[in-house]
Amino acid sequence: MNGSGGSCSSLMEVAYDDDHHHGHHDDELHVLAVDDNLIDRKLVEKLLKISSCKVTTAENGIRALEYLGLGDQNQHIDALTNNVMKVNLIITDYCMPGMTGFELLKKVKESSNLKEVPVVIVSSENIPTRVNKCLASGAQMFMQKPLKLADVEKLKCHLMNCRS
Amino acid sequence: MNAGIAQLQMQFRDYTISLYQQGFLDDQFTELKKLQDDGSPDFVAEVLSLFFEDCVKLIGNMARALDKSTGTVDFSQVGASVHQLKGSSSSVGAKRVKGLCVTFKEYCEAQNYEGCVRCLQQVDIEYKTLKTKLQDMFNLEKQIVQAGGVVPQVDID
Repeated sequence: MNGSGGSCSSLMEVAYDDDHHHGHHDDELHVLAVDDNLIDRKLVEKLLKISSCKVTTAENGIRALEYLGLGDQNQHIDALTNNVMKVNLIITDYCMPGMTGFELLKKVKESSNLKEVPVVIVSSENIPTRVNKCLASGAQMFMQKPLKLADVEKLKCHLMNCRS
Repeated sequence: MNAGIAQLQMQFRDYTISLYQQGFLDDQFTELKKLQDDGSPDFVAEVLSLFFEDCVKLIGNMARALDKSTGTVDFSQVGASVHQLKGSSSSVGAKRVKGLCVTFKEYCEAQNYEGCVRCLQQVDIEYKTLKTKLQDMFNLEKQIVQAGGVVPQVDID
């Protein structure tokens, strides 16, 4: 797919091809950040950009799924033709109206195309049953809000190690 | 000239420290400042501006939801806005506002009308106070820069 070793291609099944590169460097993580709170979206976007990630934000689970091509049958095809860059990581808030972060996690893990994409859940409340439920359903990590720069660095290291 | 800058810098430092000491700001505000760089020199001001707009909107929601003249009070609706404000205030380091939201949330869950109304009044005063304080802080920064100085990094212990 991408030609250079290891990085992005190993995380994704063949849903996207070379045409959809658009300046996305192989060593840069493309993160989809999902949060219904505008301020938190702005913050996580900055945190990720400072940490050399490409960022796409979504304000709810439905929009996130649409972006990922899981909205409905037709949208999967649209995602391919709309040149959506491959997503290497999803960071989602837990508490969101409509679809929760947990429900989004499950949808991603149920998808044959996207189940390998790591999903990190963030929440202001560190409730053990909540944490366990997310991890048990395949979340890569559960992190406490608000996120700090150090958290994102830690997360990146963790992911890079997992990829190699 | 230099003495003027030094004095402004000292004023700025003292003022900033006092905001932390008086509990207006916590370390999340410090984290916010780390995200500001030459590429986005107004990042903190922009985020705080969004936060204050959020305050106006959410407090308006809470006030409407607590308005008995429109029918029975829907505490879950009040609670939803309080939850949002708690999140925002936590994210920007607005310590006092966040603390009030914690109390406010408890009153919502207990369906305590008087408690909610009190919290609403307090949170309104509190965000406005913070807004004024931060405007003063940003003004000091501006004065330092206009005088040709550099805004000092303030370390909070």
